[in-house]
Amino acid sequence: MLEVHGLAIEAGGRIVQSGLTFDVRRGEVLAVVGPSGSGKTTLLRHLVGLASPRAGRVRLHGQDLHAGDDATLSALRRHFGVMFQSGALWTSMSVADNLLLPLRLFSRLDARSRAQRVRATLDLVGMADALDLMPAELSGGMRKRVALARALVLEPELLFLDEPGSGLDPPNAARLDALILRLRRELGTTIVMVTHEVASVLAVADRMLYLDEQACTMTALAAPIWLLDHGPVAVQAFLRRQAGAGPAMGEGVV
Amino acid sequence: MAFFGEVIVASARWLRRGTGPRAAQVLEQIDRCGPGSLPVVLLSCALAGLLVAYMGGAQLARIGAQGYIADVVTVGMVRELAGLMTGIILAGRIGSAYAAQLATMKAGEEIDALRVLGVDPVSQLVLPRLLALVMVMPALYALGALVGVASGWVAAVGAFGVSSSEYVQQCLRALRFTDLWIGMMKAVLYAALVAMAGCREGLHAGRSAQAVGEATTTAVVKALVWIVAAAAGSTVVLTALGY
Repeated sequence: MLEVHGLAIEAGGRIVQSGLTFDVRRGEVLAVVGPSGSGKTTLLRHLVGLASPRAGRVRLHGQDLHAGDDATLSALRRHFGVMFQSGALWTSMSVADNLLLPLRLFSRLDARSRAQRVRATLDLVGMADALDLMPAELSGGMRKRVALARALVLEPELLFLDEPGSGLDPPNAARLDALILRLRRELGTTIVMVTHEVASVLAVADRMLYLDEQACTMTALAAPIWLLDHGPVAVQAFLRRQAGAGPAMGEGVV
Repeated sequence: MAFFGEVIVASARWLRRGTGPRAAQVLEQIDRCGPGSLPVVLLSCALAGLLVAYMGGAQLARIGAQGYIADVVTVGMVRELAGLMTGIILAGRIGSAYAAQLATMKAGEEIDALRVLGVDPVSQLVLPRLLALVMVMPALYALGALVGVASGWVAAVGAFGVSSSEYVQQCLRALRFTDLWIGMMKAVLYAALVAMAGCREGLHAGRSAQAVGEATTTAVVKALVWIVAAAAGSTVVLTALGY
């Protein structure tokens, strides 16, 4: 569905990753993990066309995301939705208007159908009562759910999530994980998720792309649940071994 | 310059295909930048008219020509100062607000959220603000000019012994349609420059709180420099053309 070949990405004038080659399969949940500064969010920005790579290609359904003109890029963007780390809700608009804007601009639905779609999408994320609220009136978790609803409102086949669980307490994070699994199961949505949350990776991901300075490794996940009882050092070591990157200095053996 | 080009392209696309700001967006921006600016614009223009009347009157009184205070105030306010003062006030009040709004949106990834949808931020965010300020300016300019000329009456009658009727008649005799359309054209140009400076700095700001502050300051300074440059340049050109 999404193919990345030989991608070199930069941030702040510095190349953070080069030679990235991987694919995203239809219907899977792919977690992108790695230490801070490894380029996870930068990679996401390149995958959704917000940044242009130094080298390499990103192809969606065989079409190069960065090679065409603005009209081509806009057409390709209809295939995916993006949930930003901060939510990025338009603060001058209500929750309903945040979802209505994409529908008004890019769907052929009439006003009544648009309103129904907004209500249904907010219901899916458990925010049906928040139609008339402004983003400033929402808690962090609520903002994330509305942001997810906005990413889903055009019914994309591919969803990009940037740190969906960051800033959430464990119950809300678990609720979001359950929602991600439900999207994959009921809607068949393909999901690429940048995350630090190991519990989320183990709970929802089919495959993991591990980025660090030494390696970019794709691996299928077979996660023992007991690992969650161990400390973060042990979990990081496990993930690094899953990625084939080897233990770092000072890491214990699980 | 690239930003000016983007605005022109977005405007052309809107005129050709109708893909641009909705009327509701423009009206919302007019509501935000128009009524609130009126009191400070009127005050500034009133003080400017008073200043011109006193300075002009003092010089004219030396040669016994204080009856021409009305000419000085009318032409000065209508042709130059009303637009200039209004532009300066809008630069500080509205240009800074535009920069702060858009820079804050950039820091909060709201602009990225628009781009990722395929929405052009220039069409969605800049054009409504530009149109609103350009539409609001003629009214602000006209009222500012009126108040400036009226405050000149205060100085002429109070300090230089000119009679009320003489002042009013002299004002009407001095007012030419040429001065009016030149003043209006300059005022609209200043409004466009203020909107462009504010929006440009906001959209190109960094993603931190400090960057929002820097964008705001730079927007005001840029707008003021552009206004003064436009005022000087247009005066030279129009004078050379015989206007």
